[in-house]
Amino acid sequence: MTDARELYKALVLEHERSPHNEGHLDDRTHHARGHNPLCGDRVDVHLIVEGDRIVAVRFESRGCAIARASASIMTTLVEGATTGEARERTAQLAALLERGNTETDEALEPLLGVRLFPGRVRCATLAWTTLVEALT
Amino acid sequence: MRREEFDVLARPAGAQPLVYLDNASTTQRPRTVLDAVDAFYGTSNANPFRGVYSLSVAATDAYDAARKRVAEFVGADSAEIVFTSGTTEAINLLANTIGADRLSAGDEVLVTELEHHSNLVPWQMLCRRTGAKLSVLPIDDRGELQMERLADELSSKTKVVACAHVSNSLGTLNDVTEVVSAAKAVGAITVVDGAQAVAHVPVDVRALDCDFYAFSSHKMYGPMGVGALYGRRKLLESMPPWQSGGDMVQTVTFEETTFRDAPFRFEAGTPNVAGAVGLAAAIDFLAQEDPSTHEAALLARAVEALDAAPGVRLIGRPSRRIGVVSFVVDGVHAHDVATVLDTKGIAVRSGHHCTQPVMDHFGVPATVRVSFAMYNELTEIDRLVEGLEEVRRIFG
Repeated sequence: MTDARELYKALVLEHERSPHNEGHLDDRTHHARGHNPLCGDRVDVHLIVEGDRIVAVRFESRGCAIARASASIMTTLVEGATTGEARERTAQLAALLERGNTETDEALEPLLGVRLFPGRVRCATLAWTTLVEALT
Repeated sequence: MRREEFDVLARPAGAQPLVYLDNASTTQRPRTVLDAVDAFYGTSNANPFRGVYSLSVAATDAYDAARKRVAEFVGADSAEIVFTSGTTEAINLLANTIGADRLSAGDEVLVTELEHHSNLVPWQMLCRRTGAKLSVLPIDDRGELQMERLADELSSKTKVVACAHVSNSLGTLNDVTEVVSAAKAVGAITVVDGAQAVAHVPVDVRALDCDFYAFSSHKMYGPMGVGALYGRRKLLESMPPWQSGGDMVQTVTFEETTFRDAPFRFEAGTPNVAGAVGLAAAIDFLAQEDPSTHEAALLARAVEALDAAPGVRLIGRPSRRIGVVSFVVDGVHAHDVATVLDTKGIAVRSGHHCTQPVMDHFGVPATVRVSFAMYNELTEIDRLVEGLEEVRRIFG
């Protein structure tokens, strides 16, 4: 049986304990709330978008370690990116987490342990799908 | 006990035997149940009632015998047993027939704070449609119903009282007879959700004196997709049909259609005969040996072990508890606890257990739920404790 440490890598736990960009954005231009009703995970994504660039991003979450860590990692990867790049990253993560996919990606690598735990994929993608909703 | 009769439990979960502790979600099925379903399909399979040929008679006999067995199981008569697809369908059926008949604007439905969504949402939707009010009998911080509030929550406007026999997220064994008696005093009908009870406590619907009692086969070692609804005879006879179509009609013309008597009026379409046969086999299986002493020992040991485990906090501490323990681990979300336990071959449920109001009451987003069946062993609780130690090692 897979070791739980494949999922809860040191980097993931670090993001969970001391997440990046946690909080609110008073002058946000975009917002969405994502919810996983099966387990109760909830994420709010706040953005300031200028033109087509994500100038600032924050998240608030109530939920499991994977959802939190993934939200933190997400913010580090999309801050400063264009909205198009953010959407691409989200699609890329979804594809990487599909059953049987063995490709790797340096930036998303901490989250790829979720591949061994298919029941947790939605926890890992929640912040990202919420990001895309916020941009819509 | 009787673990060897369940094939699934012999399958390893990785390098170790499976520790299946999610029985409140669904139980496993013993070989005799699987054999009974197989035997029906292999030897008696036909559409019951409709054919005069021998195979159809065999199917009809099997279905009738299953209904009789279910009736005996809960202390009722065959005519008072409606086969359903499960507890959820049964409650939806009631809300849409007798519930809809009896409720007008300003009337009330009383549910409890610990109901499973299936014994809450149908009533909530019915109240929205009819303009009736949904009242809630609250629980205390032990997870027990605040029975002293019962008289206040009932009124002459209360038409339906819906209450679980056993809480699927807290394990509370409710005082159903007292709830029923108070409901009767104001003229309300009573609907008891027995899904969590039937595998673990004896059920006698006459002793409970409830008007309706619903349960599911798959939570009592029987097949999925079938359940039974007990209804007091004179009420069933007065209820309009819900799903309509074949089998529940007497005569059909384009001008008018007449319906069969209860319980057949409420069984439209080809029934799940194989499921009913499997449910009857599960009843026979349960009848062979009383599991309550063994299950009580499992529960007591689990509560003791979890109380002693560092960082673990029980959610709900009912004085009368059946089958279920919910807990949280400080600083670790239930999902993460369950994932780590999964890597150790232990299956527990994490989430809101279809009782979001219970989670709200205790101020937690989710709990880890351990729930027992007769085939669990005391050594599995040791495995659970070891698994929780692994959770602490990973999350610090």
